[in-house]
Amino acid sequence: MIIDTENNVKAQNGLRTEHMVLNMGPQHPSTHGVLRLELELEGEIIKKVIPHIGYLHRCFEKHAEAMSYPQVVPYVDRMDYLAAMYNEFGYAVAVERLLGIQVPERVDYIRVIMGELQRIASHLVAIGTYGMDIGAFTPFLYCFRDREKILSLFEMTCGARLLYNYIWPGGLSHDIHPDFIRSTKEFVKYFRPNIKELNDLLTNNKIFIDRTANIGILPVETAINYGITGPNLRASGLKWDLRKDDTYSIYNKFDFDIPVGQGLQGTVGDCWDRYYIRVLEMEESLKIIEQAIDQIPEGDVTSAIPKRIKPPVGQIYSRVENPRGELGYFIMSNGSVNPFRVKARGPSFVHLGIMDELCKGHMVADIIAILGSIDIVLGEVDR
Amino acid sequence: MKSAQEIFDLLKTKFGDSIIELVSTQPTEPFIIINPTEIDKVCFFLRDDEELLFDNLMNLSGVDDANGKNISDGDGATKIEGGTLSVYYHIESTKLRHKLVLKVSTQREKPDVASVEQIWRHADWHEREAFDLLGINFLNHPDLRRILMPYDWEFGYPLRKDYSNPEFYQGMKVPF
Amino acid sequence: MGLLDKQFSQDSIVIAKVDDLLNWARLSSLWQVGFGLACCAIEMMATSASHYDFDRFGVIPRPSPRQSDVIIISGTVTLKMAIRIKRLYEQMPDPKYVISMGSCSNSGGPYWEHGYHVLKGVDRVIPVDVYVPGCPPRPEALLEGLLKLQDKIRNHSSVKKSA
Repeated sequence: MIIDTENNVKAQNGLRTEHMVLNMGPQHPSTHGVLRLELELEGEIIKKVIPHIGYLHRCFEKHAEAMSYPQVVPYVDRMDYLAAMYNEFGYAVAVERLLGIQVPERVDYIRVIMGELQRIASHLVAIGTYGMDIGAFTPFLYCFRDREKILSLFEMTCGARLLYNYIWPGGLSHDIHPDFIRSTKEFVKYFRPNIKELNDLLTNNKIFIDRTANIGILPVETAINYGITGPNLRASGLKWDLRKDDTYSIYNKFDFDIPVGQGLQGTVGDCWDRYYIRVLEMEESLKIIEQAIDQIPEGDVTSAIPKRIKPPVGQIYSRVENPRGELGYFIMSNGSVNPFRVKARGPSFVHLGIMDELCKGHMVADIIAILGSIDIVLGEVDR
Repeated sequence: MKSAQEIFDLLKTKFGDSIIELVSTQPTEPFIIINPTEIDKVCFFLRDDEELLFDNLMNLSGVDDANGKNISDGDGATKIEGGTLSVYYHIESTKLRHKLVLKVSTQREKPDVASVEQIWRHADWHEREAFDLLGINFLNHPDLRRILMPYDWEFGYPLRKDYSNPEFYQGMKVPF
Repeated sequence: MGLLDKQFSQDSIVIAKVDDLLNWARLSSLWQVGFGLACCAIEMMATSASHYDFDRFGVIPRPSPRQSDVIIISGTVTLKMAIRIKRLYEQMPDPKYVISMGSCSNSGGPYWEHGYHVLKGVDRVIPVDVYVPGCPPRPEALLEGLLKLQDKIRNHSSVKKSA
């Protein structure tokens, strides 16, 4: 509920409360990491939100300048640790575009399958922790149960649960496990009914809807001007997905929909819409995985990996659709084996900038609902 | 859809000398070099012109070009003197589906660039980051202070190529 | 009430050594600060979620350091954060324990060389009881670290030493 503070104060016979500054974080169970928000309050109503970031600034860009191109991959993983596979995917695509090389078809298929599995895993964390922030603990356990299944698929492929170092510029570190295709098919079959279960648990929960519908409404023009991308932008009603609008890899071969926010429980672009888009996207990802797994060709996955990556002088900005939005890499090469400059444009960094705009006029408790709905990962905000 | 060459011609007739050069020798992406103190006016035009409508700033990145003179200061560390710092702007139009790269270069000793925060709001944080890590000074920015590094960090700008780490920060040893 | 329900014929008295009793109480309900730093925090969350179930060792996350016994430093400690971690640690009541989870908080991890803003090891600001290696450690590794901490507590003596 947005409250018109000016009129509200006047109505109470000119009674004014003094502004209070409240500090939230860096240790706070609902800030999803080490974020500090400085809140300026008038009573319970938010006048201003100032995010303070950098508590997890791990100097990614300095490291990238000191490493060779393949050595950057593990650092890329650690940027958005909930979607490590997709970060590698984006980085690999960027370096390949800089080099001007094509990867074998099988590599592309495996990348897409991994990327979409990662999208589901990432959305499961987003949904689970969002429920927990609002006060529903059970969906968190359900989501993490299903996420473990995806992690065991990744583990089967490359041995790691969270940070993979699997997708390399030019190919993959090694081929998939012979059992992978069967297990993935089983997972798809297992997971599809669970989305319905999740809807019963959380999506149509009356308390959840009351906490999220009509909260933090983001109009589409504001969203574009603030550089919002990904599910948050689509929840505001713009059909904009880089998988279709600026296609990369082999996404143009698959048939899938792009869900957009419709304001089913309130207004288009509110917190509930942003949440529900993620639920719908999991369904679409399942569709892509099913198609990819049926069409996956035979072949070699390491043949196109260059022995020594030494791109010509030049620069490129290449972007992919990360689970959170537009993940872009700006890579500059001066002709040596190390990148001259790598800038990662993470979606979370940009999305956090809109907190002030979204929170103004809401109650203090709504901050948690809004922050959870834009789904940030602090590793990517601070890099 | 407009190509970089068409946009360059359009800007050249509108802004004259502020538009310095179109570089299209690189295989990857051509870019237009613009006068750093005029970039805000050019960007206003790019966003609002009916034929261009660049409503989305994809990325803004500062770069230390490291093209000055290397000067050794005796105890192993080198300083760079002269040369330029650059800022790259990657913009696109979600309505007309075209992209453009702009570049400004500014003096290393006095790195002044006009801010585009008024045009695309999230340039705010990107510019603060470029200020924080590279020391580029954005003119007319409403709130230019450090963003990632601590507010009391006084050991320089870490992403500059001649940066060297301090031994201690607030009593904590910084090197390994 | 569990396995011992209705197993005693009458109200009984249990005799135990002070050390055994206190240590048993301390190690069986280690409440952690609900506090995550970086990638390792996700593994820590996975450890407390359904699959690995931290709860069976008596570990439940508390939102406030003042109600907690153990802090798990789960991820990269930056210079900006180190000051806050020190403060969090000081806010915890005694006896307090620290688990350093992952290479980053052990020694700086992959950021040891060029990390101009990374603290190379959380033990530079607070004392650490158990180091869990890995980048990130698997949930099993964190569980093992917790068992090691319980061993450490079990061998602690609260008895005053006489000359």
